[in-house]
Amino acid sequence: MARKARTVRKSAVRKGAARKAAPRKSMAATAKDAAKASNGHDRPGAHDTLREVEQLLFRQAECLDGKRWQDFIELFTPDGTYWMPAAPEQTTGDGVPSIFWEDRDLMTVRLKRLTHPRAWSQRTAWGTNHVIGNVTIEKEDARSGDLVVRSRFHMMEFRNDTTRHFAGSYVHHLKRTRDGHRIRLQRVDMVNAQGPYEYVLQAWV
Amino acid sequence: MAVDIGLDVGRAVEPDRVHRSVYSDPGIFELEMERIFNKVWTYVGHESQVPKAGDYWAVQIGRQPMVMVRHADRSVRVLYNRCPHRGAMLYGDRCGNVGKGIICSYHSWQFDTDGSCKAIPLDKGYQGTRLTPGDDNTNIKTAARVESYRGFVFASLAASGPSLVDWLGPARVAFDDMCDRAPEGEVEVVPTCFRVIQQSNWKIFLENQLDALHPAVTHESTGRAAGEVEEEINRKGGHAPLSYHFLSAFATPITKWDAFQTLGYPNGHCILAGYMGLRPRDPDTLAYEKVMEKAYGKRRMEEILGVNIHHVLLYPGLSVQSPLQQLRAVRPLGVDKTLTEIWHFRLKGAPEAIYRRALGYYNLVNSPSTMVNADDLWNFWKCHKGLESEGGDWVSFHRNAGQDHETSEVTTSVIGTSEQPMRNQFKAWTQYMNGAH
Repeated sequence: MARKARTVRKSAVRKGAARKAAPRKSMAATAKDAAKASNGHDRPGAHDTLREVEQLLFRQAECLDGKRWQDFIELFTPDGTYWMPAAPEQTTGDGVPSIFWEDRDLMTVRLKRLTHPRAWSQRTAWGTNHVIGNVTIEKEDARSGDLVVRSRFHMMEFRNDTTRHFAGSYVHHLKRTRDGHRIRLQRVDMVNAQGPYEYVLQAWV
Repeated sequence: MAVDIGLDVGRAVEPDRVHRSVYSDPGIFELEMERIFNKVWTYVGHESQVPKAGDYWAVQIGRQPMVMVRHADRSVRVLYNRCPHRGAMLYGDRCGNVGKGIICSYHSWQFDTDGSCKAIPLDKGYQGTRLTPGDDNTNIKTAARVESYRGFVFASLAASGPSLVDWLGPARVAFDDMCDRAPEGEVEVVPTCFRVIQQSNWKIFLENQLDALHPAVTHESTGRAAGEVEEEINRKGGHAPLSYHFLSAFATPITKWDAFQTLGYPNGHCILAGYMGLRPRDPDTLAYEKVMEKAYGKRRMEEILGVNIHHVLLYPGLSVQSPLQQLRAVRPLGVDKTLTEIWHFRLKGAPEAIYRRALGYYNLVNSPSTMVNADDLWNFWKCHKGLESEGGDWVSFHRNAGQDHETSEVTTSVIGTSEQPMRNQFKAWTQYMNGAH
């Protein structure tokens, strides 16, 4: 009882102080809002969400680099889409040219091709190495827990005695499910997407 | 004992085989630039790429950097991308609008979009010199000839030679087939150009375009993968989009490709005739046919939609897939390096669904994530490496040799997997290399 009264008193003191120092509070609020808009890291539990999201992105990169294609596909929701626009100004892949615009069915075609014993160009040794960084939560829907997450990647590919380097940004639209977040839409904007391709992209980037 | 033909192109081509050095010898590649690419009609672009006066696109013809630009009088001009002053390229970017005129970023010489010099800054500096402002040598050099056929612009760097229509001959069906499928009789460009580089000689790509023997082998993996998923979608009661059929058709057994036919025309142009399955009885196709019938009448519509073309090859630089409104322009960069520029067009007046159907093909087969050309390009690179080796001198085009039906206008193969298209291409190659137009 006494403890509770003390708490109330403390809180009253804080409120009073805040009222007196109104300008300071508003400055603090502005900085807080800015922080919220830029990365959302300061919300209660935000660090847990960010950590969880980072782990998902790192897991996805490991699926690609480990050529665990089925695991990669399963990171997507049943209606999920992997999209690499043909141009940065595109706002949808629907009805416009894309480098990739694949639902899970088309992803499965790609998987089945990559693993077919007579996918001839798969005979040469190749591998990739993804590094993901600058992970930022851009939007969080408080009610559904759905997220929009931006990150940057560097990917080096070694194939047929040649090294290629791709880099760019990911935007993951994530849906919260009972088993954690899954990808509803992944947008991949490579900074070198518009250049001429020496050879092609056989797997997702 | 290896056969070394040096640069003697007269010894390179026999009726049923070709010496490997035509693919691998840098000296022969230079001769090709001079005798073929500096003379023939080269595809520059589509008129709809430059709708407004001043719009331009950079393009390469042979070794020459050029610019296609829309002039004030609405004509499309093709200029050398080179300032006559000190030789700087006028445009280093791929496309845009010239604004108030073409202005060199080095010393501000200014030009109109027909290439004529409008202004030279501080031009009194030329008084008493051998350069007189207003002389022709202060203008941007233009392509010797520019012509277009149904909106497709070609240029030639040679002042004389056959007209574009004569040079295309019956192979102009590539553009007729594409444009006629539009209710309005014309197409417009989809403003995305995918660029993919092949680590191989340009001729290897062209030979592959009409090679009906390779899909069942090269593309079996993709054909089967798409077929399995297509079946699964349909089994679950869905309707797999036609894109799946485009891919699964690649797994058509090798024996069935014999039912196709190839046609060879003068100047190396060829056609692979084979039904693409583009008239399913689905609502989208029926709606499209209704619009077509309204535009053309039933008889003409049947004629148009009955055209049986898979690919048209316009030798030496363009592969056209008219029923899907797509084309690949071939730009040789070196003896072992070839750039392809890949474009898609929209049928004017056709329902959106018909565009989207073809877009599926553009994304899956022709984009940089292609599940089809991935294995082609791998083969091309292996072919090129093999042809650099001394493991043999000759490339074989013996398949059904001596059995082609020949008239003065067209050579017809006996079966779809005949190597007749390659023989036809080399007939033209020999003519060009011997100095004919």
